[in-house]
Formats: sequence, structure tokens, C-alpha cells
Amino acid sequence: MADVGRSTGEVILKLERISLAFGGVKALTDISFDVREHEIRAIIGPNGAGKSSMLNVINGVYQPQQGTITFRGQVRRDMVPHQAAAQGIARTFQNIALFKGMTVLDNIMTGRNLKMRATIIEQAIHFGRARREELENRRKVEEVIDFLEIQHIRKTPVGRLPYGLQKRVELARALAAEPSMLLLDEPMAGMNVEEKQDMCRFVLDVNEQYGTTIVLIEHDMGVVMDISDRVVVLDYGKKIGDGTPDEVRADPVVIDAYLGVAH
Amino acid sequence: MSETMETLPRVLLHQAQVRGDQPAIREKDLGIWQEWTWRQVADEVRALACGLAANGFKRGMHLAIIGDNRPRLYWTMLAVQALGGVPVPMYQDAPMAELAYVLNDGAIVYAVAEDQEQVDKLVESLDEVASLKHIFYDDPRGLRNYEGLVALDAIQEQGRAFDRAHPGFYERELAAGKADDIAIILYTSGTTGKPKGVLQTHGSFLMVGRAGCAFDRLGPRDRVLCYLPMAWVGDYLFSYTQWLVAGFSINCPESGATVTTDLREIGPTYYFAPPRVFENLLTQVMIRMDDACALKKWMFRTCMSIAKRYGAELLDGRKVRLVDRAKYWLGNLLVYAPLRDVLGLSRIRVAYTAGAAISPDLFRFYRSIGINIKQFYGSTETCGYTCLQDDGDVKLDTVGKPAPGVELKIASNSEVLVRGPMLLQGYYKRPDATAEAIDMEGYFHTGDAGYFDDAGHLKIVDRAKDVGKLANGALFAPNYIENKLKFSPHVKEAVAFGHGRDEVCAFINIDIDSVGNWAERRGLAYAGYTDLAQKPDVYDLIRGYIEGVNAELALDPALSSSQVHRFLILHKELDPDDDELTRTRKVRRGFIADKYRILIEALYAGRASQHIETQVKFEDGRTGMVSADLRIETVTTYPAAAMRKAA
Repeated sequence: MADVGRSTGEVILKLERISLAFGGVKALTDISFDVREHEIRAIIGPNGAGKSSMLNVINGVYQPQQGTITFRGQVRRDMVPHQAAAQGIARTFQNIALFKGMTVLDNIMTGRNLKMRATIIEQAIHFGRARREELENRRKVEEVIDFLEIQHIRKTPVGRLPYGLQKRVELARALAAEPSMLLLDEPMAGMNVEEKQDMCRFVLDVNEQYGTTIVLIEHDMGVVMDISDRVVVLDYGKKIGDGTPDEVRADPVVIDAYLGVAH
Repeated sequence: MSETMETLPRVLLHQAQVRGDQPAIREKDLGIWQEWTWRQVADEVRALACGLAANGFKRGMHLAIIGDNRPRLYWTMLAVQALGGVPVPMYQDAPMAELAYVLNDGAIVYAVAEDQEQVDKLVESLDEVASLKHIFYDDPRGLRNYEGLVALDAIQEQGRAFDRAHPGFYERELAAGKADDIAIILYTSGTTGKPKGVLQTHGSFLMVGRAGCAFDRLGPRDRVLCYLPMAWVGDYLFSYTQWLVAGFSINCPESGATVTTDLREIGPTYYFAPPRVFENLLTQVMIRMDDACALKKWMFRTCMSIAKRYGAELLDGRKVRLVDRAKYWLGNLLVYAPLRDVLGLSRIRVAYTAGAAISPDLFRFYRSIGINIKQFYGSTETCGYTCLQDDGDVKLDTVGKPAPGVELKIASNSEVLVRGPMLLQGYYKRPDATAEAIDMEGYFHTGDAGYFDDAGHLKIVDRAKDVGKLANGALFAPNYIENKLKFSPHVKEAVAFGHGRDEVCAFINIDIDSVGNWAERRGLAYAGYTDLAQKPDVYDLIRGYIEGVNAELALDPALSSSQVHRFLILHKELDPDDDELTRTRKVRRGFIADKYRILIEALYAGRASQHIETQVKFEDGRTGMVSADLRIETVTTYPAAAMRKAA
């Protein structure tokens, strides 16, 4: 009766020889890796290794100068974030990006934006299609609220919430978009042990319940080793390791990058 | 009552027949209150019962239920009872060891858990609990990869098929139930020793439920929020037995954290909460008042002082001058009604509190804003039903008169003894404990000490084992005196002495935060607890308060000898680490009397001060010595009769 045995599927996202530079600064150099359907894929590395840039490349915020991205069999180069969202990729941010003055409910509702078809006028008079959509979207949002156990703060303005809960709300907003792939940028940064445990459970639950593929950046090695299927290690914009948590942990290059070497 | 309604599931059937389309139970799910009518509940219970039968559950078996208040868990209770089985609700936050103990003690084969969290606990206990064979669950989330569990959905599915294949089965099972069958095993929380399973029959709970509903005129139009642990007798009485008997609706909150919001949305008419909950509600109001603007603060203060004078009088239906009525009416418009609304208590007809001493200020506050809060007294062994306060006959410090059908007497050692149809059948598998609790004449020994006041109200003063007698033979109830002293925000702990003595003396621990704050506002400098405790000004402050308590005690003929004659403020705070308090912060009387013998002698010898050295343990485990010269002061006491006249 014990715990999970996850099965991962086909490769759905393939990054080949990605390079990204800002002027003379090379953020990413020649990086290739892939993500399989239904897996939890971690990206780790020291500060400034290029982890967030990698996520930004995946969902189209940055355009890499070189390399190709293949998502579900489609090769793409120049893409903008809303196209990524339309393809089912949602994300959370390292520095929480929520509307602080709006309630939790309204914030999560914004995650449903892409699913709304009604025109602004229809929505303003709350009639016909707009009303139907609103009910349907609210139901989906309530499912997410229930899933992440944040019923008690439904009507609370986000700005008043402690940090750990804001992180959870951000995850809720990403989930409301019903993504097939979820990009999490340091979902557990700045949390205490208990909040981290909760968050781990939610990430695993999302993965299990909805079958969502998850790419996450995380610093806490305990967390990474516990929940991810495969790990990519970056250092100074280069890939220095790739494999299961156990393989990565045993890799001398990774140990050097993380713990430092005597020069 | 008619033959057909002698078990709880048959009462359900009756309700489904007479008010089938009325709401029986609601649950907030996905932000919306979902509703089931009595007929739907009866159907769901039937499917569950047949499903359990299809899984081998038989008459006389026990089924453990663990989780928050969920409709399906209440239905499971009914389904089990319909089959002649015995539900054993368990505390959802119980530690692993206690859980395993109860599962073993209760010979549990079947268990129903609310969700993954509870399932995990049951699964973990499997090594220790050999009897447990079947685990069913309500909420499937996160349980996809568990093996050997069955969802209640599936059980009901099987049940519907079983029902079709075995027509008449459910009716036969229902008809086989009798009033004196065991309906439930409720485990006592076990503050003393291991938990004990209390056996109660359908008959006793139905009697209590019916009497209680008649007493408070509860009917189908009432609403209850069921948020108390299902394993507790109060929940079983208020939101299960009385629900079935009166046919009102019960409402399951969305989660433990949303209770205050849900309370407001439902607006219950009948409400139970321990004093702690009422205190928290009030604290929240006060904190928000502190942030309000000056005008609002002024309005609140003015209206509350009017409420204090006339609110309780009006609630009790006593005469109030027209002009004062008008003032109260205005206050109600501006403050009390909006306040009741914010608290979610605007529809309350009857609210009860019990379980601990409620502070007079708190009790008066709620009554003064028009909330009919009352007290009762009961225990698991008496179906939570012994004494009740009637509307218009509410007193601050009593638990009311014996409830209809209850025989109550006071033993020579002041212990409260009760007899009646609500008594337990016994403790499960514990004939020794049963024999100890119920005497030859059939009286149950509650373990509480009390007495009747002039108006025939029962007053609980202490645990019977702590009660002693003064040298003149008068009752000495240390806990009662200590509680009265502790109602002051400045007094953190108090220990009263007096057994076998001529008079009562007391040790006091001041509350360092509250007294420290008081001292700062008066510009009184102090170095720490020991220094502050010995300031003459602080002694004056505490003495003034004790004199007030003495004046109150003088009013009560049974307790007027218990006035505090002399007191001292201890040089250190009583601490569980020094074994002076239990982990739950109860005073360990014997130990303290031993450790501070020299101080007690000084109190009774009439000395003005006493030097003492005490060893203390610091949090890091080191020990040190604290020494001080403690002042001892005398307090004014009042003659019982003279005080009467003055009042």
C-alpha cells in the first residue's frame, strides 16, 4: 500500500544546442536536454548558472541566438510567452508575481484568462456566454483552491498573506490554466521546513493527479533528490551533468561545482 | 415514543418519511454549499449499509471512523448502526500510539478514513493492530497508488447492487435493532491513564436527545454547524442525535481553517463552543476595535457600557425602564446587531458552553449583546447530559438544574453522583473500571465536587480528589478559589492551601507581561520577575484583587470560609520543567506543598516575610539557585452575613 511508482512517457520537450547571450555576456552555452511526458525534471546549479534563463527560453521570454526547441514534435524558434501559454505551458516566478491588491480568488481567476472567449462587452453585462464561462471558470478555480487547500484565504488580498501562502497562490494561478507542462522557478525558496514539505507534497500531487509534466528550479538539494526523476546541472551557463538524482549526486564535476574545489 | 423509533437509523427513516424534501445536511464543497435532503440521506445510508454488508460487515462488529466532520462519515455512522454494528469515532489528531491503542482496544476490523492523511495513519498502525483488515476512504485524492483500500463510492456502488440482489435485507436489519443495543463506543480523552471506551445504547442517547430538544424547543427549522471532533460526546449529542431527533439541518464546514467564515454564512441558531472559542472570537473583535477610528471606539465603548447594564436583564425578560430600553435599542442598531453579524451569531437562539470555567467578563459580554449563551454539565458517561441552564434562569457560576430524567445527589465528600437512563452501560472490556465508577445503588461517580446553591442550581467547584475541608468543617475547593484568582489578567497561577487549617492562604504567580506592562505605564522600574514580584505596589495591586474575590466568596454561604486570609507572591514562576506544573499546566499541589513547606509555615505562622532558596532548571538543562526574601501580606476578609446586608 505504500508509495508511488511513477511512469514517465515520451520525450515532449527537446532542447538542442541552445545558446543565449546578452551582448557579451553568455548566459547559456550550447545546452541540450529533454523532458519526458509526466516527469519531474529539476534544473540545479549555483547562483548565476543560467537556470532562470533556461526557463525563460522554454516559455519564450528570451529568444536564444542558437539552437532549436522541439515541443510536442513542433520545432519552434521565435516564440512569445502567450504562445507558450496557449500550448499548455504555465509557470511561477522566483520573485512572486501576483496582483497584491487583488484577492486570492481573483488572482487565480486571471490564470483562466486564455480560456475565456466572451468579449469584454459580454463580460461587462455578465450575459449569455460570459455568464456560462464565468461559472465554468470559477468551478475550475475552486477545484484548484480545494486541491491546494487554500479555502480559508479565498477572499483575502494577496498582499496580506505570508510568503509561503503567496507561493502557493502563485502555483494555484499556474494550475488554473490547466497546463500540460508546469515551470516552477524556485517554488520553495525562503520557506521553512514545514512549508517546504507541504509544497513538495503539492508538487507531487499535481504531477500524480493531473499528470502534469514539471520542470523546476530548486536550491534545496534534499527536495530535488526526493522528488525529481531526472536532474540537469548547470554551471556558468554550461551543462555539467544530467541524469537521475543518484547519478548526479555521485558525479565529481557536480560535486566540485557545488562544494567548490581547492585551486 | 413509538416502538418503530427505538434506534437512531429508524429515526432517520421516520424523518425521511415526514420531511423527505427538507435539507438534512450541507457541506461546503468547491466554495458552494451542497445540500442533501432527508430522503437523499436515507438513500445514501442505505447504500452504504448494504455495501458494508456486501463486504462482510455483520451485526455486533465495530467500525472505526476517523476524520473531520464530513457528511459521509456521519452516514457511515448511521449505516453501521442500521446493521446492528457499533461505530467507534476516533480523534482525528490523536498521536499514533493512542490511535493504535484504541484500534486494538476496540477490536476494530473495519475502519473508514476521511482522506490520505488519516489513511496513512491507519496503514502505519497495521503492524501493531492485527485485527484491522478493511480500510475504506472518503476522499480519493492522493490515494491512487495505494493497494488494498476501497473508496466509499465503490462501497455504495456495491451496496446498491447488493440491495437489488437481496430485497428486504435492509428492512430486516433495521427491524432487528433494539433500544438497548449498544449504539456507540466513545473513547474518553484519557487525561488520566489510558483511554476508556464508554458503551452507550440507542435508548439512552435517544432519551437524552429527545429531552434536550424538548428543553430548548429545537425543531426542524434550526441550523447547526458541526465542527467539533466526531469522537467527542458533544458532537455525537448536538450534531448527530439531536439532528436526527429534531430533524434540523447540520452543516459541515469546508475545512478546519474556514470555520469562522462558514459560521457567518450558515448563521446557526443552535451553537456549542468551549470557552476558548468564545474567548478567541472576542479577542479578534477587540484587536480590530483597537485599530478603529476614534469615533467608532467611542461608539463601541458607550454602547457596551449600556449593554453591560441592561443587556442581560433584557435577555432574561426582566423589567427594564422604557428609556433604558430605548438606549439598548439604539445600541443594538449601531453596535450589537452588526457585531453579532460579524461573529456569525446573529441568528443564535441557544448557545452552550461547557468543559472549563468561563470567565465572568466573557460570559457577561456575550449575554449583554443579546446572545443567549448558557452553561451545562455532563460527561461521556452521561451522554453529555446532567445539568442544564434554562432560558431566563442563567447564572454565571453554576451549571444549572438537573436535567429532566436525571437523579442527582451530593455525596458526603461533596462528589456529584448521578443516576438515570442516560448512564453508560459500562466501560468496554473494563469491568474493574465500571465497578469503580458505578456504585451498588446505580449512581455514577462523576469525580467532580459540587453543591446546590439556594436556587437549586448545581455548582461544580473542583475535582473531588482535590477537595478538602477546613478545620471548622467547611468545604475547601482549591481549584475553585484558584480559578477565581486567575480570572484577573495579572494573576498567572495561584495555589490555595487550607485543608485541615483554620483559614485559606495562597501563593500567587503574577503574569509578567500584564503586570510588567502595568508597571511600565506607572513608571515603576524593575529588574526581572523576582524583583517585580516583591514590589510593594504590586502587592497592593494583587491584594486589591484578592479582596474583590473575598467579597464574592463571602456572598456564598458554602464558601464564605474559603476567603483568602494571607498571601505571598512567589519569587519564581511555577514551571513544568521544575515539576511544579503538569505538561498541560495544571498545578501539582502535593509537590508544591512539599517543596515550599517553609513558605506555607510562614504563611500560617503570621510572619511578615520569609527567606527562601530554590533550585531552578534553565531551558538548556543547567540548574541554578534563586533566593529571595518574600513579603507576606494579610488581606481583608468579610463576614458572610454583613456582606449580605451591604450587597
